Amino acid sequence: MTEFLIKNGFVFDPTQGIKGDKADIAVKDGKIVKSSDISSKAKTIDASGKAVMAGAVEIHAHIAGPKVNEGRNYRPEDKLFTYTPKSAGKRMAGGFSIPTTFKTGYEYARMGYTTAIEAAMPPLFARHVHEEIKDTPIIDEGALPVFGNNWFVLEYLKNKEIENTAAYISWLLDVTKGFGVKVVNPGGTEAWGWGLNCLTIDDPVPYFDITPSEIVTGLIEANEYLGLPHSVHIHQNSLGNPGNYTVTLDTLKLAEKFKPKNKFGREQVLHSTHLQFHSYGGDNWGNFESKSKEVMDYVNTQKNVTVDTGCVTLDETTTMTADGPFEHHLTELNHLKWANVDVELETAAGIVPYVYSPDIKVCEIQWAIGLELALFAKDLMRCFITTDHPNAGPFIRYPRIIKWLMSAEARKERIDTFKHSAKMVEATHLAGIERELDLYEIAMMTRAGPAKALGMSSIYGGLKPGMDADVVVYDFNPQKPHKPDDIEKAFSRAAYVMKTGVPVVIDGEVVNNGNKRTLWVHAKVNENPQVMRDIKDKFLRYYSVTQANYDVSKHFVPNPYVIEVDAT
Amino acid sequence: METVTLTIKNQPTLYLEADTITPDNFSGKKASEIAALHAFEGRDQFTLGKYFEVSGEGGATAADTRIVVKGNVSRVKYIGMKMTAGEIVIEDNPDMYTGAWMQGGKLLVKGNVDAFAGIGMKGGEFVIEGNAGNYLGAAYRGDWRGMQGGVIRVKGNAGSDIGYFMNGGTIIVHGNTDVHVGTHMEGGKIIIKGNAPSKVGGQMVGGEIFVYGGIDVMMPGFKYVQDEDLEVDGENAKFSLFYGDTGERHPKRKGQIVYGKLHLRN
Repeated sequence: MTEFLIKNGFVFDPTQGIKGDKADIAVKDGKIVKSSDISSKAKTIDASGKAVMAGAVEIHAHIAGPKVNEGRNYRPEDKLFTYTPKSAGKRMAGGFSIPTTFKTGYEYARMGYTTAIEAAMPPLFARHVHEEIKDTPIIDEGALPVFGNNWFVLEYLKNKEIENTAAYISWLLDVTKGFGVKVVNPGGTEAWGWGLNCLTIDDPVPYFDITPSEIVTGLIEANEYLGLPHSVHIHQNSLGNPGNYTVTLDTLKLAEKFKPKNKFGREQVLHSTHLQFHSYGGDNWGNFESKSKEVMDYVNTQKNVTVDTGCVTLDETTTMTADGPFEHHLTELNHLKWANVDVELETAAGIVPYVYSPDIKVCEIQWAIGLELALFAKDLMRCFITTDHPNAGPFIRYPRIIKWLMSAEARKERIDTFKHSAKMVEATHLAGIERELDLYEIAMMTRAGPAKALGMSSIYGGLKPGMDADVVVYDFNPQKPHKPDDIEKAFSRAAYVMKTGVPVVIDGEVVNNGNKRTLWVHAKVNENPQVMRDIKDKFLRYYSVTQANYDVSKHFVPNPYVIEVDAT
Repeated sequence: METVTLTIKNQPTLYLEADTITPDNFSGKKASEIAALHAFEGRDQFTLGKYFEVSGEGGATAADTRIVVKGNVSRVKYIGMKMTAGEIVIEDNPDMYTGAWMQGGKLLVKGNVDAFAGIGMKGGEFVIEGNAGNYLGAAYRGDWRGMQGGVIRVKGNAGSDIGYFMNGGTIIVHGNTDVHVGTHMEGGKIIIKGNAPSKVGGQMVGGEIFVYGGIDVMMPGFKYVQDEDLEVDGENAKFSLFYGDTGERHPKRKGQIVYGKLHLRN
């Protein structure tokens, strides 16, 4: 029996409403328990003068799978001078915007992240995704297969066959060991196969003659029919285009007529990801401006929608998405190298390097929009910090984003050193926002909020007895005066991180590879011979592999954490 | 100016990665401290002192430090990497990545250099009295930002893929080169006083290439414009000007013609 007592820290836990009070956290056998439930032999960790939170939960990052790996492959320059040699218990690790799997695990853990969701798994290459997840140490991970351009989904939803869509989702989650329903540029990626795109929610998909609006509502209905832990997770149409905020609002409104139905405490029916890329005004890059206020005013009133920010971090990074047409658009803009693949009946993907420069007006405005979304949010249990890693910046910049959100002074300092600061200020709201988030709000955005939105609030995101013992101590005293950079420093290298009761980081260094688990959802549905026949038929007619070679067999997922859902 | 002399005494079994041999690292250090600087042989880390006899000491700053490397260094890579000032003289033939990412100062190689010499170079003066290998003054693999500034002068011949993704600076080759000169070139100057067999300026969108000898096979995307009298590297001569490589697109305003210049000596 392993017991720990994390003593005297300032605890921030939104799941219990603890806002920085001094408290002890007791841990026994990988779970958080009441202080009275541990013996006097418990190992004590002194957290006095430090902030204590639950392990952070990443809701959206591209950290495993074929497109991440192709990014690594075709960007050797991203790895240059970044490697650290192997040391006791740690593998060689390197890369900046597309780190190796090992570095991914180490860096998340060092920042106090203990769970992450891979945001786009192409089902055909699910094995590759799981091989990389297996090789990413410490953090628990789940992966979202993409459904928004999948031929089965397009055909069933064209005929409004929700039950069949649900049966197909259930089958696909099972064979790919997937966690939930991801939608990327609904219809648009399939249209890209014809050299077209869907830039509004009413643009029909060629051949399938279905609109993005029908795809999204159909998938929400199927998701709630199944009662999955997570809601539909959407990367909307018209990403990254000036004036796209109207499309964003149109899509969000689709969620109005649905109610969440699940046993996991999830309250939203739609998670809209990397909202920064979808909150643009103007009609060209010259009059490009922030529409974060318009978007967040709506999100604030709509309880069944959650969002994440997709903050631009002003780094050189690698964009990668299943939104094939967008990546083509991007390479036409910056003329840097472009990789593109079509994944048979399912999806596509593109990759382009991108330099978010503080000397380019558009990048400065994008930076402001990401932060504005968080600062305009009334309910931070529904608005989470992401960088859409690596699209708007690498995830290792989360501490810097936290600094900007917590300090108006740090934001001002950044704005003042922009090349086009006057123009940026004019096109955005940020310079006029005084709001500074506190640690409790940061804990909502990075812990309790994403855990709840993923339907995982019973084990993640809080420090209530019974939850997993994912505990983080930051060397940051909220009661003492501090400089903005102290925030970034403390969140970059946690003083102590425990993952399911195992100390994995001490003084900012990885000391243990933990016992990482793969999260996947087993959704039981009634037998559906039609869907099974359709699947068999598609494999015979179209797929380049046989159905027997498609399944992610058990050895790819050596330490699974299966979430059971019964929709029979 | 203080001089540090490194004389190789033990040959490495594998190749030695000696990126610590720069005036920046040696300045302000005594011989014993210089001998204690690290060097990788394969995956194991040793010290320079294991391989080199060190005499003399570094100057107060990099600019006041001169390094002379003596003996057979054909298994030593990365000499002068990222140097910003001062001077290095290599009396023999160093291996790959000599003067890589060099930012300033002077680097003289009396023998030949192997591949990737001066890649990603930003400034300084790099003279090679012998021949250069492939990828001289090129970009690092995958990068679109090659040589940015400075001068590389090769008295002998150079290999293939020189000035790959070159953005600025000058490369002068007194002899001949192999194929692929200035591929994806966006700026800067390449002067070849001998011959360049083929693939000269493929996908170049900026910068200038001068060839004094012949090109066996021209890239098809080049177009003759006019004859011209030019002063190049201190001499006057007549050249034929070609624009190319017209197949490539590049971030410029719409309607603006994008081309690099190829000058062939008449």
